[in-house]
Amino acid sequence: MTSFILNGKPVSAGDDPSTPLLWVIRDSLGLTGTKFGCGMALCGACTVHLEGRAIRSCVAPLSRVEGKHVTTIEGLSSDNSHPVQRAWIEIDVPQCGYCQSGQIMSAVLLLKENPKPTDKDIDEAMSGNICRCGTYPRIRRAIHRAAELAAAPAKAKAAQ
Amino acid sequence: MSSAPVSSSLATLPKSLGRREFLKTTATIGGGLCIAAYVPELGAGPRELAPAGAGVFAPNAFVRIAPDETVTVIANHSEMGQGIYTSLPMLLNEELEADWSKIKVEAAPVDAAYNHTVFGVQMTGGSTTTPSEWERFRKMGAMARLMLVDAAAQKWNVPAASCHVAKGVVIHTASGKKATYGSLVDAASQLKPPQNIPLKDPKQFTLIGRPTRRLDTPSKTNGSAQFGLDVRVPGMLYAVVSRPPTFGGEVSSIDSADALKVPGVRAIEQIPSGVAVIADRFWAAKLGRDKLKIKWNHGENAALSTAKMTEDFSKLSATPGNIAKKVGDPAQALAGAVKTITAEYDVPYLAHAMMEPLNCVVDLRADSCELWTGTQFETVDRANAAKVAGLAPEKVKINTTLLGGGFGRRANPASDFVVEAVHVAKIAKAPVKVVWTREDDLAGGWYRPKWHDRFAAGLDADGNPIAWTHTIVGQSIMAGTPFEMFIKNGIDGTSVEGAADILYGIPNLQVDLHSPKIGVPVQWWRSVGHSHTGFSTEGFLDEVAHAGKKDPYQLRRKLLANEPRMLATLNLVAEKAGWGKPLPKGVGRGIATHFSFDSYVAQVVEASVGENGDVKVHRVVCAVDCGRTVNPDIVKAQMEGGIIFGLTAALKTEITLENGRVQQTNFHDYQMLRIFESPVIEIHIVPSEANPTGVGEPSVPPVAPALTNAIFAATGKRIRSLPIRTADLVAEGKAKS
Repeated sequence: MTSFILNGKPVSAGDDPSTPLLWVIRDSLGLTGTKFGCGMALCGACTVHLEGRAIRSCVAPLSRVEGKHVTTIEGLSSDNSHPVQRAWIEIDVPQCGYCQSGQIMSAVLLLKENPKPTDKDIDEAMSGNICRCGTYPRIRRAIHRAAELAAAPAKAKAAQ
Repeated sequence: MSSAPVSSSLATLPKSLGRREFLKTTATIGGGLCIAAYVPELGAGPRELAPAGAGVFAPNAFVRIAPDETVTVIANHSEMGQGIYTSLPMLLNEELEADWSKIKVEAAPVDAAYNHTVFGVQMTGGSTTTPSEWERFRKMGAMARLMLVDAAAQKWNVPAASCHVAKGVVIHTASGKKATYGSLVDAASQLKPPQNIPLKDPKQFTLIGRPTRRLDTPSKTNGSAQFGLDVRVPGMLYAVVSRPPTFGGEVSSIDSADALKVPGVRAIEQIPSGVAVIADRFWAAKLGRDKLKIKWNHGENAALSTAKMTEDFSKLSATPGNIAKKVGDPAQALAGAVKTITAEYDVPYLAHAMMEPLNCVVDLRADSCELWTGTQFETVDRANAAKVAGLAPEKVKINTTLLGGGFGRRANPASDFVVEAVHVAKIAKAPVKVVWTREDDLAGGWYRPKWHDRFAAGLDADGNPIAWTHTIVGQSIMAGTPFEMFIKNGIDGTSVEGAADILYGIPNLQVDLHSPKIGVPVQWWRSVGHSHTGFSTEGFLDEVAHAGKKDPYQLRRKLLANEPRMLATLNLVAEKAGWGKPLPKGVGRGIATHFSFDSYVAQVVEASVGENGDVKVHRVVCAVDCGRTVNPDIVKAQMEGGIIFGLTAALKTEITLENGRVQQTNFHDYQMLRIFESPVIEIHIVPSEANPTGVGEPSVPPVAPALTNAIFAATGKRIRSLPIRTADLVAEGKAKS
């Protein structure tokens, strides 16, 4: 039995510890927002956060997360209120939507490390996430917008 | 607009031969496929198709209104990213005028009421959803509104004409009396649907034509959107299938001893498409498959080589094929031309590579079969699944989930991924989810065909083209499928679309076709035949322009003199792109147009070549005339996406075979364009009052030639083979930088 903290809640999984985290999250724990695209850490659809860092869950064995914090798309907010989610909705980024959980998880960490990224910063940080529908131009726009949204409360406070 | 007599793909089936023949075809597919007598023009299907318990108003098969004011639109087309779960409700609600925030969307079950208005089966493809539902969905909304107004008018004892509606409320104009749609559900349900359903004058549209947020986006930003791969059924097992390494290969012997030792593996059995490994979890099934030892009979395709095919196709293209189109006397005109040029173009097999790999959940019982999958082909899949299950089609229920990309792959004439899953379910004796890995997907066939195009053109003394011949070589998509009957006089319309119906006014023209039979399964791939004819015809026209010392834009303008819509589209893109204006050193500009799915698209690409031969695409400007736009923001998104899809084909991908084996296995050797390679894209929509035309596919064909024409402008190197190879451009890159 492997125990870890998933989206803030303690969970245990009986899968073999060598099982990729992706399949544990999806098939054993029932959170299907994290997607399977390649199984080789090539497409980023399975991106989740492990202790605040992005990992490709399709190649991360379950044993690696024992006792640690894992965040999936479902754990970003309870109501689509994370600035990245809000920006994604405002710009209507998704088409088929399948890769977008991974895109959003990558974008969240980019903005955490770099609250005001340039296009070049975005291109570098997001190059591990494939979108077959071709939403890249909107992903760029949405990350800039999310940066604004994330900065807005701080600005409002400063103005008071 | 010039007629397109040969454009008979599923994509662009002319209405004249469309429905009836398609019905016959699908009847063949289905073996006992039942097409109910149903007149799509009238629209109203049986009410029982939209049940939701008592007290719900379901005037037809496409909309339900509940007492809590919720309006459920039943979508008979699949959502695969093209935005149809927003555009269809927009059409319906333009007439219904319910509160937009109360709209929900549900996938339709399989029923003749939901058949495509042109193709006569339930399906999504050919960029036809909006064009084909343009009238029906508005009528369905109007029908509901008329009945709700009647219900209110009767309640108030006033003439219906004295009432109007606003945001889900019927209002008696004079008195100001109000009744919400939800409060009228019972009364409206007692009324007969009206026979005469007038529609708004487009000038009165308040929703159609306005950029409107997609209804499905929130579910796609929080992980709640349900794709086929996300479906869970109680007691469900998982399966993967080991398929032969060559097309047409067969199992010779199976040693499953080690595989059966993998914890969680329950059963390993041969099925028609290979060997199924069934387990408690996907991962166990996959590990089991890794341990499986299978001896294969590799069959008659074990020597296939795409390199050899390229040679063979070229040789074949030097011989006359079946004539798809002939205008004037091209041979004589070529002989009498002041200057002639020739060229050969090649494009490879391509996989669809949807981000969501294929999958299908099946719950097979003694007298029923329930499927969950993201499909574009419900009627065909149901008929094919029923045959394998040994049930009547009515006993097979399909739950269409969201599709993690389709691009044509999920409209498989043989229903390959569905049929296989039903075979697996027969062994599993429990609900089972069959999952394809990326490796399975790329090696699984059903590719965009490999094509070879041989051209000759004759120019007059002024450098204008007076003769054009185009010989096409490539597999027919329809041959060997139930769609074979669409092949007329040896011409599969999908092989020559975009070539035989070229819009340019060239007085002597011939397009002919060879369709070699090769054991690689091929299929429609976003923009179908246009995906190769767009590249080859627009690349060669650029060669013609340069041979005649003409500006490529100006030559196109001249040749489009009788095509006002394309000419306007071309002029718009040239203006917006700043055609003719200076560019930074080393950057070239290329232009292309292409007419497909009844839409007009023109693009200008700016690109440069680095010293390692690597191509940088800086900017793509695109103009489109797709008739009236229902949701301009979705039109823009589809154009953007199609451009990136086309750039991936131009710059990155090819499926090759050696010794009958597909060489590519995953995204490291079948690479997708990534964000850092994605150019600035600008979309300009030509204002139009014409009926809507295709949007999902038409931006794909012109981008590759606009790019190769830009590379020519930048470096003088003409690219005639895709994908563009860095190695071919090293010398040019060094010289320019």
